[in-house]
Amino acid sequence: MLATSAIRGTPLRAAARNIVRKTTTRAASSSSSEAASSPFYLTAGASAATLASIGSIAWYYHLYGRDVFAMTPAEEGLHPTQYPWEHVKWTKTFDHAALRRGFQVYREVCAACHSLKRIPYRGLVGTFMTVDEAKALAEENEYDTEPNDEGEIEKRPGKLSDYLPSPYKNDEAARAANNGALPPDLSLMVKARHGGCNYIFSLLTGYPEEPPAGATVQSGLNFNPYFPGTGIAMARVLYDGLVEYEDGTPATTSQMAKDVVEFLNWTAEPEMDDRKKMGIKVLIIGTVLLALSGWVKRYKWSPLKNRKLVYNPPIGRGSPPRP
Amino acid sequence: MPALARISETVFNTVFRRNAVFLTAVFTGAFFFEIGFDTATNRLWDSWNQGRQWKDIKHRYMTANEDEEE
Repeated sequence: MLATSAIRGTPLRAAARNIVRKTTTRAASSSSSEAASSPFYLTAGASAATLASIGSIAWYYHLYGRDVFAMTPAEEGLHPTQYPWEHVKWTKTFDHAALRRGFQVYREVCAACHSLKRIPYRGLVGTFMTVDEAKALAEENEYDTEPNDEGEIEKRPGKLSDYLPSPYKNDEAARAANNGALPPDLSLMVKARHGGCNYIFSLLTGYPEEPPAGATVQSGLNFNPYFPGTGIAMARVLYDGLVEYEDGTPATTSQMAKDVVEFLNWTAEPEMDDRKKMGIKVLIIGTVLLALSGWVKRYKWSPLKNRKLVYNPPIGRGSPPRP
Repeated sequence: MPALARISETVFNTVFRRNAVFLTAVFTGAFFFEIGFDTATNRLWDSWNQGRQWKDIKHRYMTANEDEEE
């Protein structure tokens, strides 16, 4: 009220006065309705209803709305870092030189405990080995023959059709040799673990020098934050310079881990290169066909979309109906 | 467009008029299209993945006498 009288008293330009008058009248109308205030019990009732509804929503959210985790973060394991894997891109094959290095790492390091029993020697040929190399590799191991005339099973050198030998005869022997922990078969490991390549890379390179303060590590286990439960039976195995690459790549820990992870991705998905190449072809053909079908649809529908329907009412029979 | 009309008429008379000719054209067309398309996309693929595939690196591991192995 004070502001209104003050503005009215001062001479202003017409436009400004109009605007001001509008605002002042609006303010006056709202304040006048406020002046006719609602009775106390209405305000109190509305406030109580609001409080009750907010409270019940909060209570419901508290009971049912929150995520529930069955495991502690330590039991889940640290989520692995997302690495920009080149071979994961849509249009990229495996780097086959890396596959060769990764297989070397597997053979010299991992194969001491981990089997790779779904991979035959013939799978290596044409992927990262020549026939002669793979044959020589196969012949280093002995395999059972078919029973001979006396029913005896003899040993023969391996052939290309044989599968990579396992380090232990069976799972029980593997457990017995490893303190009760079974080194899993690595053939499908990239597909078998959440995080895939990222997880295995993080696991291999994620061993700290010593467990952090407050972490409890059972005897016989090693601390690795990326392993669910953080206690892993496998100790850190990759150290700088552990293997000597034949192509002169520096064998750092992360380089070896990266190569062996790419190799394990190949063992899990040996068809990936062909699959992606076929996928690109399908996308190209499919795009053309989609565009073509869109054009055909428009072509066929154009007479329907453009037609005009006209109704001519009959003439001269009674009065026209009322609209 | 008389030129376009003439072309479409020639195409109709040579390819579409007889069903046997039409079917033959479909199948031979599919055959040669696939050859051409595969060649083009494979070349594209190899250029995207230069130096990554086995055929790009196998010369390092081949000895002289086993030239035409896989």
